[in-house]
Amino acid sequence: MLKAENIKVEYFGRAIADSVSFEAAPGERIMIVGPNGAGKSTVVRAITGAVPYSGKITLGEQDLRKMKAVQTARKIGVLTQNNFVGYAFSVEEVVRLGRYAYRDTNSLAVDEALARVGLSDIRGQSVLTLSGGELQRTFLAQVFAQNPEILILDEPTNHLDITYQKRIFELLDEWLEIPGKTLIAVVHDLSLAKIYGTRVLLMNNGKIVADGKPEEALSPENLTAVYGMDVGEYMKTLLGVW
Amino acid sequence: MPLTYLLFAVATLVTFGLCLGLGSVMVPISEWRTSQIIFGVRLPRVICAGLVGASLSISGAAMQGLLKNPLADGTTLGVSAGASVGAVAAIALGITIPGLPFAGTTIFASLFAFLSLAVILALSYRLDRGLSTDTIILIGVIFSMFAASITSVLITYAGEKAKNIVHWTLGSLASQSYANMWLLLVTGAVFGGILLLHAKELNAFAVGEENARNVGVSVWRVKLTVLIAVSIQIGVCVSVSGSIGFVGLVVPHMVRMITGPNHKRLMPGAIFGGAIFLMLCDLAARTLFSPRELPIGVVTSLVGAVLFIRIFFAKRTVK
Repeated sequence: MLKAENIKVEYFGRAIADSVSFEAAPGERIMIVGPNGAGKSTVVRAITGAVPYSGKITLGEQDLRKMKAVQTARKIGVLTQNNFVGYAFSVEEVVRLGRYAYRDTNSLAVDEALARVGLSDIRGQSVLTLSGGELQRTFLAQVFAQNPEILILDEPTNHLDITYQKRIFELLDEWLEIPGKTLIAVVHDLSLAKIYGTRVLLMNNGKIVADGKPEEALSPENLTAVYGMDVGEYMKTLLGVW
Repeated sequence: MPLTYLLFAVATLVTFGLCLGLGSVMVPISEWRTSQIIFGVRLPRVICAGLVGASLSISGAAMQGLLKNPLADGTTLGVSAGASVGAVAAIALGITIPGLPFAGTTIFASLFAFLSLAVILALSYRLDRGLSTDTIILIGVIFSMFAASITSVLITYAGEKAKNIVHWTLGSLASQSYANMWLLLVTGAVFGGILLLHAKELNAFAVGEENARNVGVSVWRVKLTVLIAVSIQIGVCVSVSGSIGFVGLVVPHMVRMITGPNHKRLMPGAIFGGAIFLMLCDLAARTLFSPRELPIGVVTSLVGAVLFIRIFFAKRTVK
């Protein structure tokens, strides 16, 4: 169980996230949504230790701040949107980094992770030669090899076309069938949040303004209040084009 | 891969023998055992050239991985420029330690390399609490310019010593002693060893700092450890041989084309590659226009710049 209590993140005196509290239980798929600048990514970056914060985040009984980096990595895995690699590492070398926290050379975990995302055949290929979708699947395999209890996604399919987007979420779906796994995902696409989430945190101006089942949190009233427009009507218009 | 290292080792030994045998005075191999030129002059010089090359090269490889930037090395970080200020100040002020030739320069260069690192990190931290690599490089480049201007001021007011200092700033491996060799060997073994022990972490950094954090690397600790190890190595190298550019930049690129980017293979390769590169550059410096000697920094820059452009063109063509 991950518990965030009263999280506040400030940049140069301005609160980017404020009074953010929520719990994530095993099996939950929490989608964090909201407009640009709402503080969604900031909250997950606080959980991963990428930004300093006030408040408290605990994992079980342990304070995240007091946990060693390797301990945290065994519990929390992260997949982000920008995964540009500057050097010609092989797919397998990047995936193998997922085992760093275990200080082992567990090839089985790496093999399984590669097979799970369908990259076994190109494990020796340089990551510089991969398409955007293949590269994102490589990093997904790295997280799978890491075998965390909680998987945090920070807009992982932002630059991918819908085919790859669908593939990534299908792979995640399969992985989440393993008992005890939790997903916390920052997404822009409200439809994705509705389809894949068991719970939605709607954020605006650094605060959580709604927390509940997708249909409750993403109610027309909440969305209109946050986005300043009739989101439902707009989505219908978009779908109507097809 | 063991065959690659065997070839590296053989190439290093052949280069070593070649550099020991060639020079303005040719000494027959049968007379090497009793030759003052071989044992008193060339042997410490060639060994020091190899050790400086190896230290600068492994430092460059580590920096390029840590900062995920193929243009990073001690020069980019600002540490070389800082170490130069210390060494130039020691020479200009005539600071020496009795019985330990060059010790004043060594201590000052290493001290200033440390101080430079402290200033660069402190300024970077004030700008960016996460100590991102981009911030460190930016501050490093600015600090290099600042340090270079201080060196110029010191040279301006150095009087008769100015000529010596300018010659030194261009890099020189002349007059090397066995004391310098031991200094380079010990610092290289300790701090080069520390870098080799961080190969896994450097791989994670080379993929991305955020990725490194996410897989469990203690990014702050590793960054500080690597930066300090690199600074001390560069400080000692600068004190022994002056400012020698391009070794830490070019050699890791060349070695990476053979070993790949994995630091477990790259850094040992860079040790051999750096040693070969600088021994050959030093050979060229002392023999091309014999009896006049070219500053080693000039040779490494000439060769390094051409090689660097070739490497980049080759990569572009491959793409």
